[in-house]
Amino acid sequence: MNPFVYFSRVSNEAIAVDHIFFALTALSIVIVGVVFLLLLVFSVRFRADNPVHRRKPPRIFEYIWTPATFFLFLFIFWWAAANQLGALDHPKDSLDIHVVAKQWMWKVEQPNGVREIDEIHAPIETPVRLVMTSQDVIHSLFLPALRIKQDVLPDRITYLWFTAQKPGIYHLLCAEFCGTEHSRMTGRLVLMTQPDYARWSRSQGPSRGLAAQGEKLFRSLGCSGCHGPNSSVHAPDLAGVYGREVHLSDGRVVTADEAYLRDSILKPGSAIVAGYKPEMPSFAGTVGEDDMVKLIAYLKSLAGHTTINQQGERR
Amino acid sequence: MTDAILDRLPQAKQPQTYLNEGYTLSSWLLTTDHKRVAILYALSITFFFFIGGAAISLVRLELISPNGMMLTDEQYNRLFTLHGIIMVWFFLVPSIPTTFGNFLMPMMIGAKDVAFPRLNIMSWYIFVIGALFTIYALIAGGVDTGWTFYTPLSTLYANGSVIAAAAGVFVAGFSSIATGINFIATVHLQRAPGMHWKRLPLFVWSIYATSIVMILATPVLAMSLLMIVAERWLGMPIFNPANGGDPLLFQHLFWFYSHPAVYIMVLPAMGVVSEVLACFARKAVFGYTAMVISLMSIAVVGFLVWGHHMFVSGQSQFANLVFSFLSFIVAVPSAIKVFNWTATLYGGRITLKAPMLYAMSFIGLFTIGGLTGLFLASVPIDIHVTDTYFVVAHFHFIMVGGAVSGFFAALHFWWPKITGRMYPDNWARIGAMTTFLGFIVTFMPQFFMGYAGMPRRYHVYPEQFQAYNVVSSVGAVILAVAYLLPLFYLTWSLRYGKPAGRNPWDATGLEWQTTSPPPKENFDRQLVVSAAPYDYENT
Repeated sequence: MNPFVYFSRVSNEAIAVDHIFFALTALSIVIVGVVFLLLLVFSVRFRADNPVHRRKPPRIFEYIWTPATFFLFLFIFWWAAANQLGALDHPKDSLDIHVVAKQWMWKVEQPNGVREIDEIHAPIETPVRLVMTSQDVIHSLFLPALRIKQDVLPDRITYLWFTAQKPGIYHLLCAEFCGTEHSRMTGRLVLMTQPDYARWSRSQGPSRGLAAQGEKLFRSLGCSGCHGPNSSVHAPDLAGVYGREVHLSDGRVVTADEAYLRDSILKPGSAIVAGYKPEMPSFAGTVGEDDMVKLIAYLKSLAGHTTINQQGERR
Repeated sequence: MTDAILDRLPQAKQPQTYLNEGYTLSSWLLTTDHKRVAILYALSITFFFFIGGAAISLVRLELISPNGMMLTDEQYNRLFTLHGIIMVWFFLVPSIPTTFGNFLMPMMIGAKDVAFPRLNIMSWYIFVIGALFTIYALIAGGVDTGWTFYTPLSTLYANGSVIAAAAGVFVAGFSSIATGINFIATVHLQRAPGMHWKRLPLFVWSIYATSIVMILATPVLAMSLLMIVAERWLGMPIFNPANGGDPLLFQHLFWFYSHPAVYIMVLPAMGVVSEVLACFARKAVFGYTAMVISLMSIAVVGFLVWGHHMFVSGQSQFANLVFSFLSFIVAVPSAIKVFNWTATLYGGRITLKAPMLYAMSFIGLFTIGGLTGLFLASVPIDIHVTDTYFVVAHFHFIMVGGAVSGFFAALHFWWPKITGRMYPDNWARIGAMTTFLGFIVTFMPQFFMGYAGMPRRYHVYPEQFQAYNVVSSVGAVILAVAYLLPLFYLTWSLRYGKPAGRNPWDATGLEWQTTSPPPKENFDRQLVVSAAPYDYENT
């Protein structure tokens, strides 16, 4: 493998990060060079036994370098921050790959239900989003070739997204110290062309999609008893809920993203939809992270369906 | 040791020094003399410096091979945790303040002692109790949480003596607080007549700024460690998300202390460098007022930047931007200090004695450490390099290249005052240059390795990083030699060194106006100050 992953140009964002890095490095070399040079020149020229004319350094320097430093630093801040702002929003229509971290492995589920351990296959030229959570301590998913990492927290969902440009096999590392075998919690990011990725997905044997598995859980756990189309219990309609704005009984308006859905399953009392009673039991301890991935995939798949919300409506 | 003084001061039969006023163990262990307390501290932290150094030497040795050679994962993790905990809390945080601060700050303001001499010796006992907990944790098998104690790893998952280690740091924190209170009171109350605030040497200002940070930040560390103990030992749900806790809360509390702690380490070194540069350039420090303002603003703004340790923790992007901005702001006064030190040399009469070489190492290495701090303050770069060797290299440039160089500059500058003896200057200069060389070879490659993607705290690592690691380990060997060297020539000088006299460097500080080693209450008369510090051009 190329020891200088620096220049592998795996994604446009990685190239942008490299550019900032190189510019800062060049600036630093100049400043360090000037400081070292001055230390050297002054030490020689103003050595104690050198009969050279000596003046005091003019005070005016202070009034020049103080604002100069300030504005230089402000500029670097603006430049780096402006670069970051573009990456604030999640990509639209991303391919969502779910990642569950645990001591000391990465469990990965592709959108079509294919499972991987310590390996993420993903297509290039496609916005890919990693939806991540941890079963135990804090981990951090680090993809050095793409110049990105994100901590992975227990009981919380965090995201990492990228659009890669160059196929290849790259490091996947845990960057947050997570216990004894931290340095062995590593794997591979396999970036493939879209046709290759499609072929790879199919070749992974018949497997039911995540959403389909989630639908099965939705029934077996009893969710459908209240939230299903034929239920007589007064419970919110879940069709198309993903990504929608939800009005809560305490006046807040939140977007129903993965984190919201997850919280609603594990801590239903924490966010009650306006107009409903807090009567749903918590599924904490019942629904593991693997099952959670499936349930959420199922709920997301409901976005397009309009047929089942007829009877789920409020009465 | 005292016959050194006899040679120089024939009029005195047996000059009183703080060293010969009593030889019994209890005269040391029950002393209230700030100078003896400083010596007690110096012996303790030197012990810990070499323990912490031994631990990391094993780590660096192990990293020569990408698959490890002699340690298990468990042992490796415990060694780097030990290195971190000991170096941060039992060497760097107390290093300059409790030794040179204790010994010299009262003398530099013309005082007989600190404001609360008994609190001073008590702070050392507290430190020792903390140290005993830590040594217990070490003997009982160690800890593998990293010095950062991140939850829920530390509270729910880690094996090892987390509670003992946390207790050690908790207790040692009170010694910091006691020292901080003592120094602040001393600077306010004990100054000699005429020692106005604008006449305080910059070392005194730096100790003052450090003390403020100590008493404001350390209680937060105490709280967060207490919460770790409460959760781990008593099962109180604080950070465990399964019980409604928040693991990120710990990181906020921890960095609220641990970022200012960086300034606890480096501000005193800045003070030392100012003293040494002025003396060996025979010039007043350029821009005294700007230097004081910089010290104080670093101390204050340093409290507002902790979130830059958490850019990838799941903290909001808005918070990331704010902390990024503030981190750039806190870099401005540091940069100004570098400019002022450099300008101090301009037009001076420079001699490159050992303390000066260490001070100049400080400037160079601190500049590199500071500039790489700008990389880390930039969010997009930090996302890539945080938790890699880039960060390791950055903070070692600040804490070792900066704080430890400052410590060695102080050691060589004030050694004649403290012991009354001169050390062999050539050996010391060789030591200073070896330290610089070893440091660069050890830590420069870590920047490249980090940007290439090598995570920190990795026992086994991808083979592509081996070349960097081998170079770094070679550097560590040089560095180890350079740190052992003073142990020999300084010990040698205690017996065979030339007597130093009052003022071997011809320096202007008040501490040089008394005998070396100084007598019990420092001066034989009450000093009156009539001029600004660093009056070198008129001497």
